[in-house]
Amino acid sequence: MARDVATPPGGLPAAAVPMAGKSARSLGRRETLAGFFFVSPMLIGVFVLVLLPIAATLVLSFADWNFVAGWNGIRWVGFDNFRKLFEDTAFLRSVRNNLLFLLTVPVYMLISMVLAIVIDRYVYMKDYFKVAYFMPYISNIVAVAVVWQVLFQPSYGPVNEMLKAIGFANPPKWFADPHYALFTLMGISVWLSIGFNLIIYIAGLQSIPKDLYEAAAIDGANGWTQFRRITMPMLSPTSFFLLVTGIISTFKVFDLIAVTTQGGPIGSTSMMVWYLYDQAFVNLKVGYASSVAAVLFLFVMMITFGQWGAQKKWVNY
Amino acid sequence: MRSMAVQPWRKGIVTAVMLAISVLFLLPFVWMLVTSFKSENEVFAYPIQWIPKHWRAIENYKEVWFGDYPFYRYYWNSIRVGVATTLISCTVSSLAAYGFSKIQFKARNGLFAIVLATYMVPGQATLIPQFILYRNIGLFDSLVGLILIGSFSVLGTFMLRQFFMGVHQEFIESAKIDGAGHFRIFWSIGFPLVKPAVATYAILRFIWTWNDYQNPLIFLRTDKLYTLPLAVQKFTSMSGEFYSLIMAAAVSAIVPLFIVFVIGQKSVIEGIALGGVKG
Repeated sequence: MARDVATPPGGLPAAAVPMAGKSARSLGRRETLAGFFFVSPMLIGVFVLVLLPIAATLVLSFADWNFVAGWNGIRWVGFDNFRKLFEDTAFLRSVRNNLLFLLTVPVYMLISMVLAIVIDRYVYMKDYFKVAYFMPYISNIVAVAVVWQVLFQPSYGPVNEMLKAIGFANPPKWFADPHYALFTLMGISVWLSIGFNLIIYIAGLQSIPKDLYEAAAIDGANGWTQFRRITMPMLSPTSFFLLVTGIISTFKVFDLIAVTTQGGPIGSTSMMVWYLYDQAFVNLKVGYASSVAAVLFLFVMMITFGQWGAQKKWVNY
Repeated sequence: MRSMAVQPWRKGIVTAVMLAISVLFLLPFVWMLVTSFKSENEVFAYPIQWIPKHWRAIENYKEVWFGDYPFYRYYWNSIRVGVATTLISCTVSSLAAYGFSKIQFKARNGLFAIVLATYMVPGQATLIPQFILYRNIGLFDSLVGLILIGSFSVLGTFMLRQFFMGVHQEFIESAKIDGAGHFRIFWSIGFPLVKPAVATYAILRFIWTWNDYQNPLIFLRTDKLYTLPLAVQKFTSMSGEFYSLIMAAAVSAIVPLFIVFVIGQKSVIEGIALGGVKG
């Protein structure tokens, strides 16, 4: 424990600390000044562009206000917005769609994990595969969404032409059919997300010590046992991280909807952020949209705090 | 166990299967490229013609780049926004990262906790007040406003702070004893040591800014100021059924990033893996 005494928590060498008197105080002041100088651009930016706005969102969620009405048009209505939200079928449908969309997370995580294990161990040309699967991630989501929209064009798009050619007389209308539109979006979302998850899984795999596998092989453990007893537990921090970021990102889905379906047909693909955007920037109901934003914020906070609690239970470090 | 246990012929078969699967990821891009070279009436011909019969590549791209919605303009906007956002973000982030890791001052941990907490706030929950703010201070519908919105991501601060923490405090202390101020130390010792990390972050930030659709959609109105993602969408809704032109626009938006990615491939993938960062 002698080391703990010699090195204060900040990591400053002991020699620098026990300076007494004026020079130490002025040194301290200079350090503080320098510190503020270095961090202030970020602090000001975060304050003006994040902290102030999130506080304003929470305040505005108690108001009935329209952009056009000007400052004097604000009416404070207490919890009315939230009460309305829970009776608003369009909003509830958006939340339900958000929850359905959660299903994409385990699906792309599983696919990514399998692909990562295969790429890490069983193939030639590793780099090619990393790049190929990663392409959707770096591509412009608007451009990609436009391409998928054309590919899934219901009457003469290539996908349906192909389906007809192999015997499906009435292939689904994908984006145009309220029963299929959300699943079509979910499919594209899986396709888009695999690259990122794959890269993180490969990094996770590479940090597993090889001798664990060697020892297991000597003990006669077969591939499946090794996977269950070594790979899965050793990857659990990675999986946990991907699960949390994945869940949070499904609550933020917007671009894909905005470019392809705009929440339609008949509200079947509306999700929380799309609904927020629609209320705020199309219907100009600022107060009401702010209450949607507050609910969104709440969801993300709950997931984040829940994550801290769950981490200890599930993750083997 | 790793590669030694897998026989070459099995590895070959698995590679072949994986190649087939990877087609699923690349085919949409190939289709996009091929279609952008076609004449309109060939686009939906079935079976799909992977080599166009009538090449209209030059005409299509000329229309997209210099037609009614000239893409050279949107390119220029995207390049300006991308470069400026990246430069400002890297500067602000590396300064803050140095301050939060290498300078001892009173309020430091408290301030860092605040910055850390803002990372939990989803960007969309702050859009409305940002919009109101921008309308009132004249930053709405300007590229400067768009650049500022993207420049203060706390992600860069976290990433770079990790790297600054790896720089030995002894370097800093001995430079201080030699009479150097923090700015000199940052510039001549700290920054050079974390340069590779800054470069990785810069590539990621550029990619994210280039692909950003939501912020331009909300903070820009004039179509002369549009960046590429907005331009592609606008072009799509305006040119209706001209799919070959739409695909030429899509290709134009993707190609620069593809080049950036191929050049910086190693650092992009390593950066993503290292920081576990998501755009």
